[in-house]
Amino acid sequence: MKTILRLVIFTIFAYATAINCQSKMVKIKGKAYIPLYGRDSMKVSINDFFMDVYPVTNKEFLAFVKKYPKWQKSNAIKLFVDESYLRDWKSDTLLNSNQKLNSPITNISWFAAKSYCECLGKRLPTVDEWEYVAMADEKMADARIQKNYNAFILSWYEKPKSFNQTIGSTFKNYWNVYDLHGLVWEWTSDFNSVLISGESRKDVDTDNNLFCGSAAINATDLMNYAAFMRYAIRGSLKAKYTMKNLGFRCVKDDKTN
Amino acid sequence: MNLLKSLWILILVSLLLTNCKNKESNELAILDTANIYIKGTMDAELTSPPFVPAPVGNRTAKKLLVNMEILEKEGTMTDGVQYVYWTFGGSVPGSFIRTRVGDLVEFTLSNHPDNKLPHNIDLHAVTGSGGGATSSFVAPGHNKTFSFKTLNPGLYVYHCATAPVGMHIANGMYGLILVEPEGGLPKVDKEYYIMQGDFYTKGENGEKGLQPFDMTKAIKEDADYVVFNGKVGALTGDNAITANVGETVRLFVGNGGPNLTSSFHVIGEIFDKVNIEGGDMINTNVQTTSIPSGGAAIVEFKVEVPGTFILVDHAIFRAFNKGALGMLKVIGKENKNIYSGVKQEGIYHPEGGTIQTMPVDKKVEVAALVQEKPLAQKIADGKQVYMTTCFACHQEKGQGIPNAFPPLYKSDYLNADVKRAIGIVLNGKTGEITVNGNKYNSVMTKQTLTDVEVADVMTYVYNSWGNNKTNVSVNTVKEVKNSH
Repeated sequence: MKTILRLVIFTIFAYATAINCQSKMVKIKGKAYIPLYGRDSMKVSINDFFMDVYPVTNKEFLAFVKKYPKWQKSNAIKLFVDESYLRDWKSDTLLNSNQKLNSPITNISWFAAKSYCECLGKRLPTVDEWEYVAMADEKMADARIQKNYNAFILSWYEKPKSFNQTIGSTFKNYWNVYDLHGLVWEWTSDFNSVLISGESRKDVDTDNNLFCGSAAINATDLMNYAAFMRYAIRGSLKAKYTMKNLGFRCVKDDKTN
Repeated sequence: MNLLKSLWILILVSLLLTNCKNKESNELAILDTANIYIKGTMDAELTSPPFVPAPVGNRTAKKLLVNMEILEKEGTMTDGVQYVYWTFGGSVPGSFIRTRVGDLVEFTLSNHPDNKLPHNIDLHAVTGSGGGATSSFVAPGHNKTFSFKTLNPGLYVYHCATAPVGMHIANGMYGLILVEPEGGLPKVDKEYYIMQGDFYTKGENGEKGLQPFDMTKAIKEDADYVVFNGKVGALTGDNAITANVGETVRLFVGNGGPNLTSSFHVIGEIFDKVNIEGGDMINTNVQTTSIPSGGAAIVEFKVEVPGTFILVDHAIFRAFNKGALGMLKVIGKENKNIYSGVKQEGIYHPEGGTIQTMPVDKKVEVAALVQEKPLAQKIADGKQVYMTTCFACHQEKGQGIPNAFPPLYKSDYLNADVKRAIGIVLNGKTGEITVNGNKYNSVMTKQTLTDVEVADVMTYVYNSWGNNKTNVSVNTVKEVKNSH
């Protein structure tokens, strides 16, 4: 009896905190689309889902590690994180003085990001889902042909040292989602499903789709160049890796349909 | 006697045979570089351009540890123009690596945590998949180690080969690795490291501010900057490379590209020796050597006289308009036997030394009676002249080209003053004029037509397209010609 009561109380408590920590999400209306540079050049179907409006922040992740000490810097299992995990933090539960609460969390591994989302009843987006939302600009759901939009993305990719900005500092896109471009790279659940060996020229042989992607590059097709770079960074990662420019956000399936 | 003869022949033949044998064993030694024994470990000395590490001399082959860091950082392209370079070791071109044949190079590539992109390295000196690229693909904040044995001596390019490859190279990710032969290269007095590269910026050459990479221009191979060592002026003024009279200078010259082939030349010097394409073949007495993108050459020359010698890409507009210009300053004693400098200054008279007067070109022609052709004939002949001389700009029906070339069709400017019009044909016209209410500001060159042709074509124009039907006589043309 006592155990059951405890369990109930715990569940309620856990539920309540989960609600509290729940960051704002917006609904993304799914559709079939051709990824810029995907596993095949056929259309991919996206179901309706909810996506976090902002990347997960330092503040949110701080709350998470306080609640789940196993993800604190000194406790995290080395199989799941590399040596740079939460590297800039002052201690297990303290940010460094130059880190802002509302900056995106970075230096986290895929395992940590996945666990965070799951603890909130969410999950990491797939590459296709992420790319689907990210192809929107302020006004259009698919802005891949817009020159300015592409130039903006490329200019961010080119410049080093742009971390430590705060969430919401870039544009709000068609789906009311912020910061997909121009703030940090973001983890996806299947980041390593497109195999880029690092020898991009050889990839041309091993994966015909990559060939299509690279062959499509021409002066009017800047977006492919940008996508190429996103896939390159994903290809260079392992699940335990952490990076100063790599954060994440969560998504949730739409259970209503 | 006969016996002696055959003995001689025998000796000769055996000599020849042993010669052949010697050659064979030499070739075998070259083929066996994979088995060169390594003894000991050392850290490689890496240098930024234009400097190179110390020669290998006669050291044995070793395990050579190379640690290279990738840095994405903002730098100066030319005064007032900034550019974000991606670099091997913080410089463009990247650090110079010096090895000898048979070395086992253990290469660690570290990608700085502040960087945004994954990178790798393809060294042309590597025998193996991707030249190392496959094994060195590294995310920011990580490093990768791989090793390779240097099998072939020569000067090789290395570069980043991460997608999009062209962009990584265009942003400065290239450098040189030298593999010296057994015993090292012959000793020289000065050695330098120079690498050419082409850059593509959003703004035109010279446009101020931080300039992003322009992929469209890169694909069109329309370079805004073509430079030595990553920026305009990296080798000029205080940054010039130096030598003393009498010294032998060796330049390790590479070309990172991504697109353009270099026609490398030093103004006022002849290369005594060139290792063509960085390989074994040596050419002597070379004026300009071609260095393909992704290739290199070793050039050597003795500097006999003092002065500033200009290094250029002899595709010369790149040198004087896009930055491909460097300097070698040589100090020491002049040698008048080799180069005199200015010996004498004088006045040049093509006709000889006597006092000359300028020829009078405005001889007043005697207004001779010229047989005037009938009007119809003049118009017909004039049309011929028009179609060969005037048509390109003023167009078939005299309509001209809006904003560029004024019309002759119902032209108020033309009809207002016949002599002015003749003058324009004879002398050309530059500057703004207003024709039929529109302003034009371009150049018409002086036409080389005979007086009769001018009269014909003017008559044709005046008798076409609603103009005032003036019949321009040859005498009027002469009059205009002589009036000033």
